[in-house]
Amino acid sequence: MSWFSISALVTRSALNRPATRLYPIEKRTPYPKTRGHIAFKITDCTFCTLCAVKCPTGAIVVGKTDNTWAIDHGRCILCGNCVESCRESCISLRQQSWHSMQEQEVIRYR
Amino acid sequence: MSKTTIVPFGPQHPVLPEPIHLDLELDDERVVQALPSIGYVHRGLELLAERHNFIEMAQVAERICGICSFIHSQGYCQGIEQLLGLKVPPRAAYLRTMWAEMSRIQSHLLWLGLSADAFGFESLFQHSWRIREMLVDMIEETTGGRVIFGTCKVGGIRKDVDAETLQRIGGKIREMESAFNEISHIFSIDRTVKQRTVGIGVLTAEDAHALGAVGPVLRASGHARDLRQLGYAAYGELDWEPIVETAGDCYARCIVRLREISQSIDLIKQCIDRMPSGEIEVTFKGKRPQGETMIRLEQPRGEVCYYMCANGGKNLERFRVRTPTFANIAPLVHMLKGCELADVPVILLTIDPCVSCNER
Ligand code: SF4
Ligand code: SF4
Repeated sequence: MSWFSISALVTRSALNRPATRLYPIEKRTPYPKTRGHIAFKITDCTFCTLCAVKCPTGAIVVGKTDNTWAIDHGRCILCGNCVESCRESCISLRQQSWHSMQEQEVIRYR
Repeated sequence: MSKTTIVPFGPQHPVLPEPIHLDLELDDERVVQALPSIGYVHRGLELLAERHNFIEMAQVAERICGICSFIHSQGYCQGIEQLLGLKVPPRAAYLRTMWAEMSRIQSHLLWLGLSADAFGFESLFQHSWRIREMLVDMIEETTGGRVIFGTCKVGGIRKDVDAETLQRIGGKIREMESAFNEISHIFSIDRTVKQRTVGIGVLTAEDAHALGAVGPVLRASGHARDLRQLGYAAYGELDWEPIVETAGDCYARCIVRLREISQSIDLIKQCIDRMPSGEIEVTFKGKRPQGETMIRLEQPRGEVCYYMCANGGKNLERFRVRTPTFANIAPLVHMLKGCELADVPVILLTIDPCVSCNER
């Protein structure tokens, strides 16, 4: 019966649990590799600007003279170039995604 | 001759989120002629290549398209590797193949859902996307991204996948296969699907060849041409044959994509079983690309070509992309001639248009 070929599937999914999650009450756990957001630890940073040079979007701004480090989470595309380039391992990729933004958010560290 | 009317279709149309505009010249309900126009979402990615370091550009190239993202970065990296005279290690080639096939499956499943939606079969649309979600999760598990893989780099790949994860993916892909077989069966026998697709938008083998159709559109018209036959990445070592159908109508194009999903699942299993061990990248410290090259790859939508020209600097001098949608627009215009107005969305969808990547 080619008219009703989908009925078995539809009946089964009507009786089973929904395939979707009740977001935002129920959040999914990210995988260990998930690229969520960039985290930064200023203590070891030498302000060498290598990360800023390697960033394809210009999301990182390093102040060499005033020892500041800033990231614009709206520009970051989570490519991980900065994580790979930092010799002091100051930058890391975290699994949790950054919260949704309504305006440009630049996080400054000093 | 009776008077004809021009009906505009797109760039905003409920059936298709892609910004393509067609001027349909209608005689009553029948299309006499279709005039396409594109250019609504040009982003200047080619120019960006002339300003970005050639290594970082791999990440930008991946963003040409949000669906065949991985294959774009793979094509870009293959081109640079050819200019630098690099050969990627076997493990990297196999992983690239695996991800390219995942990309193909998710693209085809997305298309199946959209086409089911276009001919009004909502539940089939939802089930196609439910299965696609399983695959997108596998992509995230292996690469860290759901749409942008971000794993391809010049000289190899960026992150290895451990044996345990590969095993797990092998299990999950089998699970997905059985779920997919169910909807694949529905697509191939259901009367609703057949009524909207059989005998609609026929493209004969001669026309497909003459108009330069690529990908599933070409293979549905009886040409066994698939660029993976060139044997790039690991395709030369895997067992597969191009999928061919002969009818050339919308239904045949749908069947080609269904069969290609099964084939890609098989290719992923082969990659996991035969995954070689060893390095995942080669180093090329200080080398700069020089000369020019042309790279062709098989994307879910068909053949994509990249032209690259470099003069030994850190940026490319010229980067040019010809995406499969561009090649398929001429066959589309031909297929639309003489069809009913109600069939236009279905025919348009069966070329799987990706206008945004077409305009780069
Ligand atoms: S590369 Fe590392 S050490 Fe250098 S500026 Fe960036 S975060 Fe600091
Ligand atoms: S992840 Fe990429 S885009 Fe984001 S800050 Fe680092 S280098 Fe820049």
